[in-house]
Amino acid sequence: MKFKWNRRLLWEQLMKNLMLLSFMLIVGSLFAILITVIQKGAPAINIEIITQIPQGGYYLGEGGGILNAIVGSIYLACGGTLIAFLVSIPIVLGLNVYARKTALASAARLALDVMWGTPSIVYGAFGFTCMMALGLRSSLLAGILILGLLELPILVRTMDEYIRMMPFEMMESAFALGATNWEASWAVVVRQALPVFATAILLAFGRGIGDAASVLFTAGYTDRIPESLMDPVASLPLAVFFQLSMPYQAVQQRGYAAALVLTVIILTTSLAARLLSRGLSRHVIK
Amino acid sequence: MSVNPPRIRNLIMKRSNEQSAASVGVQQKGNREPHRRTLLSRTSKDQLLGRTIMGYVVFPIILLLVMVAMLLLRAFPIFSAGTLVDFLLGKDWHPLKGNFGLLPFITGTFWVTFGALLVAVPPCLLAAIYLSEYALRTTRTFVKPLLDLLAGIPSVIYGAWGVLVVVPWVQNVASPILRSLFSDIPLFQTTNYTGFSVMSGALVLAIMVAPIIVSVVWEVFQALPAELRQASLALGATQWETIWYVVLPKSRPGILAGIGLAFSRAFGETMAVLMVVGNVVQIPHSLFDAAYPLTALIANNYGEMMSIPMYDAALMGAALVLMLLVMLFNSLSAFYLNRITGG
Repeated sequence: MKFKWNRRLLWEQLMKNLMLLSFMLIVGSLFAILITVIQKGAPAINIEIITQIPQGGYYLGEGGGILNAIVGSIYLACGGTLIAFLVSIPIVLGLNVYARKTALASAARLALDVMWGTPSIVYGAFGFTCMMALGLRSSLLAGILILGLLELPILVRTMDEYIRMMPFEMMESAFALGATNWEASWAVVVRQALPVFATAILLAFGRGIGDAASVLFTAGYTDRIPESLMDPVASLPLAVFFQLSMPYQAVQQRGYAAALVLTVIILTTSLAARLLSRGLSRHVIK
Repeated sequence: MSVNPPRIRNLIMKRSNEQSAASVGVQQKGNREPHRRTLLSRTSKDQLLGRTIMGYVVFPIILLLVMVAMLLLRAFPIFSAGTLVDFLLGKDWHPLKGNFGLLPFITGTFWVTFGALLVAVPPCLLAAIYLSEYALRTTRTFVKPLLDLLAGIPSVIYGAWGVLVVVPWVQNVASPILRSLFSDIPLFQTTNYTGFSVMSGALVLAIMVAPIIVSVVWEVFQALPAELRQASLALGATQWETIWYVVLPKSRPGILAGIGLAFSRAFGETMAVLMVVGNVVQIPHSLFDAAYPLTALIANNYGEMMSIPMYDAALMGAALVLMLLVMLFNSLSAFYLNRITGG
C-alpha cells in the first residue's frame, strides 16, 4: 500500500514537532539559567570571596568576601531543618499510625498543604508580627524558627506521601506479633521510610537555604558571623539580592559569585538527596 | 530491649525502678505485670506516646490559625479605619497622607501572574504531553530529576538571571519591536523604556513555574489508564487524535489543578519578581509598564513601616490578602488533584 499524506497525518506530525520544540524550549531555557549563573559567577569567584567577611568599604568595591553570608545561610538552614525534622517525625507517625484515616488527619494534611503553598513573604510577615509581639529583634533564632515553619510542611508532606503508599499489611503483621502502635511505627514505618527521610530533609534544606523573603524580615543582615542565637545573621540569597542592586560593578560581581555559591550548594544537596536515598533503600523491604 | 547486654539492662531497670517510685499515676496498670523492665509498661508507653503524637498532629492546624489570627490582629486597624473596599480597591497609596489603597499592587500582581501563565501554560502542556506520550524511556528518566532540580533553584537566582538576561532582552528587543509592530494597540505602548516591566516579571515567573506545571500535568497524564488510549488507537485514531479526544478531556481537572498550583506559586513569588518588575506605584496599562506587586510592596517597605502610623497595619493587611488568596487557589487545586491521583 502506498503511503499517502493526508490531513490527519500532517496534523500529527505538526503537533509532534511542536511538542518537541516546546520541550526543547523549556529544558533549554532552564539550562540557560544554570549556564548564565556559571558564566557570570565563575570569573568572579576566588578564595578571598569565600573565606573572608566583608572589610571596610566592601560595598564600595573594597576587599572582603561573603563568608558571613555562607556561614549564616548554613546556620539558618541547618537549624531550621533540624527543628522542622524533629517536629515532623511525630506528625508523620501520627498521620499514618495513630490518627490514621481520621478526620483529624485529613484536616492536618489540608493545613500542611495550605502552609506549603503559603508564600514565604507571608511567613516573613508573620514572623515579624510575632517578634514585635514578643519584643524581639531580628536574630539567628528568629530566622531559624521561621525557616523551620517554612520547611515543616515540605518535610511532613514528602514523608507522608511516601508512607501512605506503604502496604498496610506490613503494619498488620507487626500488630499480629503483638507490637504496640509505637513499636510497629518504630520498627516498620521509620525503617521503611529511611530513604524518604533523607530525601525530604535535603529537599527542605534546599528550600530553606534558598529562601530570601522570610529571612529578610526575621534574620536581618549583618557583615559579621553571628556569635550567639540573638545576633542578626546574613544569608546567601540576600547577599545576592543586595549586591546585585548596588551600583558598583565590583560589588555586583560578588553578587554573581554569591549566586554561584548558592546554586552549587543547592545542586549538591539535590544530588546528595538522590544518592543518599538510593543508598538507604537497601534497608527497605520491598 | 533484648539487644541490651545484661549489665546495661540491669542498669536501666534499676534507674527505672527509682524513677517509677517518684511518679505514680500512669503506672497502676504496669505494676500488675510481673516482669516489668522499663519505666512504663509497653501499652501505657504506647498510650502516652499516642497522646503526645496527637498533640503534634494538631500542631499544623493550630499554627495555620495562629498565622491568620496574628496577621488579622496586626492588620485590624486598617480594616477598622476605612471600609474593606477602600483598602482593597483604593487607588491612592500615600502612606504619609494616610491613604492606603491596594489596587495598584493587586492589579500589578494579577498582571504579572496572568502574563506568566499565558506564556508558560501552552508550551508546558505540550512538553508534558510529549513526555508522557511520545518520549523515550531514557529521556523520561533524565528529565524527571532535572525538573525536580530546577524546581528547587532559589527564586533569587531566577531573579538574577532575569536582571542579566530578560530585562535587557525586553528593553532592546521585545519592547521596540512590539511597540513599532502594534503601534495602535495600547497594550504594547508605554513611556517606560527601561525593560524593568510587567513583561520581564511575567517571563521570569513563567520560567520559574514551568517545572511545576510540567511535572504535575505529566503525573496527571500518567495516572490515566492505558486502556483508554489503547481503545482510541484501536479505532484507528492517530496519536494526536487520541490525545486531543481522549487524554486531554479526561485529564482536564488535573491540568487545571496544575495550573492552579503554578498560579499560586507565581502569585506569592517575591524576590524574582521584585528584582525585574520595576516597582513603580501605578496601575499598569501595558506589557511594558512597570508594576508593583503585593509581595514586592511588603518586602520593600517593611523597614520603614514602623515609623509611619497605620503603615504596618496596611502592610500586614497586604500580607493577609496575599495569604488568603493563595490559600483559596491552593486548596481548590489540592482538592482536585487529590481526587484525581487518588490521594
